[in-house]
Amino acid sequence: MTVAEPYAAFTSKVVPLPAENIDTDQIVPARYLKVTDKLGLAEALFRDWRFNENGSLREPRFVLDRPEMAGRQILLAGDNFGAGSSREHAPWALTSWGIRAILSTGFADIFRSNSLKNGVLPIVVDRARHEALFDLVATDPEAELAVDLEAQTVSLPGGETFAFDVDPFARLMLLAGTDEMGYLLRHDPEIATWETNHAARVDSRLPAVG
Amino acid sequence: MPDTSTRPRTLVEKIWDEHLVAEEPGAPSILAIDLHLVHEVTSPQAFTGLRARGLTVRHPERTVATADHSIPTHDRSLPILDSMAAAQVAQLEANCAEFGIPLHGIGSPSQGIVHVIGPQLGLTQPGMTIVCGDSHTSTHGAFGALAFGIGTSEVEMVLATQCLLQRRPKTYEVRVDGRLEPGVSSKDIILALIARIGVAGGTGHVFEYTGEAIRALTMEQRMTICNMSIEGGARAGLIAPDDTTFEYLHGRRHAPQGDAWDAAVERWRALPTDGGATYDRTITIDAAALEPMVTYGTNPGMGIPITSRVPSPEEQSDPGQRRALERALEYMDLRPGQEILGQKVDVVFIGSCTNGRISDLRLAASVLRDRHVADGVRVMVVPGSDEVKREAEREGLADVFRAAGAEWREAGCSMCIAMNGDQLAPGQYAISTSNRNFEGRQGKGGRTLLASPLTAAASAIAGVVSDPRRLPGVEALAVVGGR
Repeated sequence: MTVAEPYAAFTSKVVPLPAENIDTDQIVPARYLKVTDKLGLAEALFRDWRFNENGSLREPRFVLDRPEMAGRQILLAGDNFGAGSSREHAPWALTSWGIRAILSTGFADIFRSNSLKNGVLPIVVDRARHEALFDLVATDPEAELAVDLEAQTVSLPGGETFAFDVDPFARLMLLAGTDEMGYLLRHDPEIATWETNHAARVDSRLPAVG
Repeated sequence: MPDTSTRPRTLVEKIWDEHLVAEEPGAPSILAIDLHLVHEVTSPQAFTGLRARGLTVRHPERTVATADHSIPTHDRSLPILDSMAAAQVAQLEANCAEFGIPLHGIGSPSQGIVHVIGPQLGLTQPGMTIVCGDSHTSTHGAFGALAFGIGTSEVEMVLATQCLLQRRPKTYEVRVDGRLEPGVSSKDIILALIARIGVAGGTGHVFEYTGEAIRALTMEQRMTICNMSIEGGARAGLIAPDDTTFEYLHGRRHAPQGDAWDAAVERWRALPTDGGATYDRTITIDAAALEPMVTYGTNPGMGIPITSRVPSPEEQSDPGQRRALERALEYMDLRPGQEILGQKVDVVFIGSCTNGRISDLRLAASVLRDRHVADGVRVMVVPGSDEVKREAEREGLADVFRAAGAEWREAGCSMCIAMNGDQLAPGQYAISTSNRNFEGRQGKGGRTLLASPLTAAASAIAGVVSDPRRLPGVEALAVVGGR
């Protein structure tokens, strides 16, 4: 039960983070993975890029910690965001901070899948659009983007709008505010039929051999 | 259902088609999962979700758990001092007990890194679908299984339904022709591939490794390659099963026995990619041209042959790559154009799901035998499983490591992920046989150079990055052989 509410259209200013290949070890360092729930991960988000050893904020501050970034819901990131580890703590931490959409030229496969299950929308843009967006927020750091998942569009200040692709099934799940478990459970008859026709490959309960 | 009777298919397509439960317009496929591996770090929230929904585990007998990520690798008779890690391990034990899932936990003779124990127990078999909340699940592809990492939400779905919603992946053939030279290993093949295609090169694809050099590898060497598929952006990487695979599996605890074995082998022999089947992409690598590889940067794609120099940002035409290289070299405190040979190291880590198996330890021990690690260098040897540990002790490898001045530890992920207290100090350099050199991966501020067990062991003796081919007797370091 990860997606609590339907994913509504929203407008937000942008947090720019141009580095490429940002891995999930940076998004949530491994020492924060000892939690047994999903709460409180905002403080772990980009921990080692934000804080010194003694817990004080780094100077100059990491982009998330600049006062004007508070409350922003859109991350504009470099290519291949979310590489590496499968830790779902990465989108949990991003949502804890308030991020709801990430724009990039590419996302790592597992991160993309995990994000869509947690109300974080990965939006792939082409290189020209990507550069134009970084130029826009460099020129006008207060620029606001409007993200509309139902229409699959992002609107820029001044009225220009561009469309984006999203997995149609993930889109429906997000708009409905539900997750995939219900869909899978409804297909229990097909699962049972498959299992009848395919013998189990292993039995993991075989007795331990001393 | 697709027509599976006549069209030539790849290994991946055959496994996919067989495990397809249902496919509806507009929705991803429902894929049946044969084996679900569970560990302490990515499962607690999934079990909490099951309870909240009033669901149970559909097939505890197709599920298996171990504790590996956050457990200490020192004396196992002591309690876990880190209270959060202790609570996480206790929760895994409670969850497995409540839902009837077999657990190879701390103290069990079959405990170990999840991707080491699956194959070792014979649970990993050709043609299977295997998932785990861990990106290095790609390891199991070495057996010709479709194996990939999933998130915790997906862990919950697999626990409840033994199925997963997935889009059919694209296929990417990685053909490795020729034969490796002595002193060059399967770790060097995968580091060379990732250096060529980059860490996003395989995104959206599943690798299939083919070619003469792959066929010549042992199962453990194949696992090293498949393990790091994810570092090239591919969720999975497979190698078609062959006699090497069957020989490894025969007689293992969970492998089919008797007549069932013969039937299984017959089924497995039909799995390899058909002649005439096509891949979405293909790349070719010449094994004979490979050198030992070492990484210099902060992702596994930043690797070079050991005799070359660290690249210069000025030589990068792409501005994004230039910035990334500048940042990586600043973090690593390495100079553009410097030789990587001779770079000092403070720590040597030999272990992990990439290179923590018995053949890896044999290679490292062959270098360290009758030698001593350099003054001031800490060398940690961490077996991938308790069984690997016992075997290494039986063969005398543990004595070799101790006599050389290395630490001989208990099994676990240890300094590969640095969750358990085994970690670098800020600024330290480690040469590691693990899989990730990300900033802080082996401890906040730590600097990781990825390499093979041979290169790591040679560097341990010298205290600087060293070419294992320059050691006397390297011709005897067979790159192929052993179970």
